[in-house]
Amino acid sequence: MNARVMAFKAYFPLIGIAILALFLLVIAPGALSSFRLNNLGKYCCYAIAGVGIGLAWGRGGMLVLGQGLFFGLGAYAMGMHLKLEAAGPDAVPDFMMNFGSGVLPAWWAPFRSGAFTIAAIVVIPALVALVLGLAVFKRRIKGAYFAILSQALTVAFGALLVSQIKYTGGQTGLNSLSTFFGYNLYDPVNKKMIYMITAVILIVMLLITFQLYRSRFGEVLIATRDQEERVRFLGYDPANIKVVAFVIAAIMASIGGAMFVPMAGLINPREVSALASIMLIAGVALGGRATLLGPAIGALVVGYGRTSLSEAYPDQWTYFLGAMFIIVILFIPNGLTSVIPKAWQALNRRRTDIKEVEAV
Amino acid sequence: MVKSRARLIAGTAAALSAALVMTGCGSKSSDGDTAAGSSGSSCVDTSGDTVKLGFLNSMSGAMSISEKTVSDSLNLAAEQINDAGGILGKKIEPIQEDGASEPTVFAEKAEKLIQSDCVAAVFGGWTSSSRVAMRPVFKSLNNILFYPVQYEGLEADHNIFYTGATTNQQIIPALDFLRTEKKIKSIFLAGSDYVFPRTANKIIKQYCEEYGIKVVGEEYQPLDQGAWGTAVDKIVSTKPDVVFNTINGDSNVAFLQAYDDKGLNSSNAPIVSVSIAEEEAAAIPVDLTGQMTSWNYYQTVESPENAAFVKAFKAKFGEKRVTSDPMEAAYTSMFLYKAMVEKAGSFDTEKVIGAADGITYAAPEGKVTVNGENHHIAKTNLIGQVQPDKLIKTIFSSDGPIEPDPFLKTYSWWDPSKE
Repeated sequence: MNARVMAFKAYFPLIGIAILALFLLVIAPGALSSFRLNNLGKYCCYAIAGVGIGLAWGRGGMLVLGQGLFFGLGAYAMGMHLKLEAAGPDAVPDFMMNFGSGVLPAWWAPFRSGAFTIAAIVVIPALVALVLGLAVFKRRIKGAYFAILSQALTVAFGALLVSQIKYTGGQTGLNSLSTFFGYNLYDPVNKKMIYMITAVILIVMLLITFQLYRSRFGEVLIATRDQEERVRFLGYDPANIKVVAFVIAAIMASIGGAMFVPMAGLINPREVSALASIMLIAGVALGGRATLLGPAIGALVVGYGRTSLSEAYPDQWTYFLGAMFIIVILFIPNGLTSVIPKAWQALNRRRTDIKEVEAV
Repeated sequence: MVKSRARLIAGTAAALSAALVMTGCGSKSSDGDTAAGSSGSSCVDTSGDTVKLGFLNSMSGAMSISEKTVSDSLNLAAEQINDAGGILGKKIEPIQEDGASEPTVFAEKAEKLIQSDCVAAVFGGWTSSSRVAMRPVFKSLNNILFYPVQYEGLEADHNIFYTGATTNQQIIPALDFLRTEKKIKSIFLAGSDYVFPRTANKIIKQYCEEYGIKVVGEEYQPLDQGAWGTAVDKIVSTKPDVVFNTINGDSNVAFLQAYDDKGLNSSNAPIVSVSIAEEEAAAIPVDLTGQMTSWNYYQTVESPENAAFVKAFKAKFGEKRVTSDPMEAAYTSMFLYKAMVEKAGSFDTEKVIGAADGITYAAPEGKVTVNGENHHIAKTNLIGQVQPDKLIKTIFSSDGPIEPDPFLKTYSWWDPSKE
């Protein structure tokens, strides 16, 4: 293969992103009804979290089984702001009246500010991931231990949300939201706007990740995944590299969670559960964890699959979804997107074969 | 390398700004109708000889065991109405969707039923979480939800009809019974940790304060968990006259097993449960004989309407199946809807809601009447006692149907703002 083809191949993912952007930003808004577009927006939220999982797990080798924690942090930060918007400028949320003292807790108050909320959506999960990452990776904890720890934290966070009904709305969560930064949530025009913002965030996250994968950081991250000891021998601290990837993944999950709230119209602890975290991972695995577009496409496919299968077979859809996972993992272990480069290779091989035949 | 990076950054910037322009357009054009909030006209089509109705129940997940029974009785009601000629001469075409025990899915499927399937009304929901998740959808798309399960009250939505009991038809009559008939002096509260038990217990505590009943303990466990050992130990040590049980779902099995393990039973530590019906009682592998419940319907209710309902249900779904309060409330809700539509002469949401007041139906539980103001129904409270065969028999009944009072306005001791 010559240098030009190699250089061209490096931009393959960019072509993929362009096709995805065309679909999400031009074709889908034109072709889909408001309701279907809103559903696609929710899948995009899972995809945003999925891109982060691809980075941490696919490229970094950290099995992040608890991204629901960060998805939930972002979602609750956004939910708190929207709940305060729905309550009105001087009022407190309904559940605080019913189950609490009727006084807004001090740590809720800053979320009245939209700017604070947006900052919190990025900063809070980043800090949590930083502390957790340093504590874990500096001690060289990895593999199953890290996976168990991250999942346990998610479960604990969910339990905390359920038990603190005075502050979090408990099992029912933050609901009856009405506006998104002043825009009515149930107006189709605004719904489209929220979808557009989400789709653009997904594309931007993919572009950032594309750049990360091409950078020296991306190279060292893969090296850390494959041969951590050698990376350390070369003078890098693998812990720092992993922490950076983990923090980025956490921020992406948080942003996905934050955008999920205005589209779902509510957030509750079920979206933060171990099951929700596993669904995120499953989407990434289905799409192809080590590729750039795989995690995003996998999340979109799983989201669409869940919706359409459950509509077609309300009684048996969970079996079909399970069968889909089993089939993909058995026959395409590297995910759906791994089929494309394979097909390209096969095509190239045939072309060269033909050329050779012609030469003969 | 440097060059391509610069190009990439430029490209990203271009994409971003293009997107911002696009979203900018979206939000700007919406400024005018943000206040209106509602989105377009309904697409309900009744020009043919059918009317589409949505059934939204959890067919998968933790709640499916309970909610599938509601789906069954809705199907029975639709079949019976169709056999009798339909609603306004139009046959019901049910469209079943799975709420998957997840509130976000309930909201999504409700929207799907209204916008894609163009149903005239939706029947379903079970948990309070699922109801409040769906509430804004029905409001913004101006459709009707019939919600069949007893709940915590404090709600009266324009687009929802509540055909299960509110607190003054289930919780308060049970307390009245315990106070006047059983002469209790102390009570222990055990509930799942979510909005219904929390609200019910808030009401119970204020009631007890008013009437001088001592609350000796209050314990919660998460909905899907069953670590009830410590709470049962406290029941043993505090010896309450009665335990008021607002535990929901599978957690009851763990609670009552722990209860049984400590040697507690209906004679030494009676329980009043508000979430254990025939279906749940049958699934609890502990002798519940003599334990009490508070509902508005039992399979054993003696009336020609109930005999016909139980017979038809068993004929359709099997002799071993039981009928319970939420199933009966769902069944009744469809006949109430039929009567509302026929009174209105239209399937139009506002006309149906407008015709709701005073609609009555001779339901299996007895006569029920729709309250047009708060959208609940007047129904009779029945205190029941679990029999050895796990069916429940009425031991005490309210004096006829109780007017629904979801906000407890007629109870002077109730102060919602008190913690």
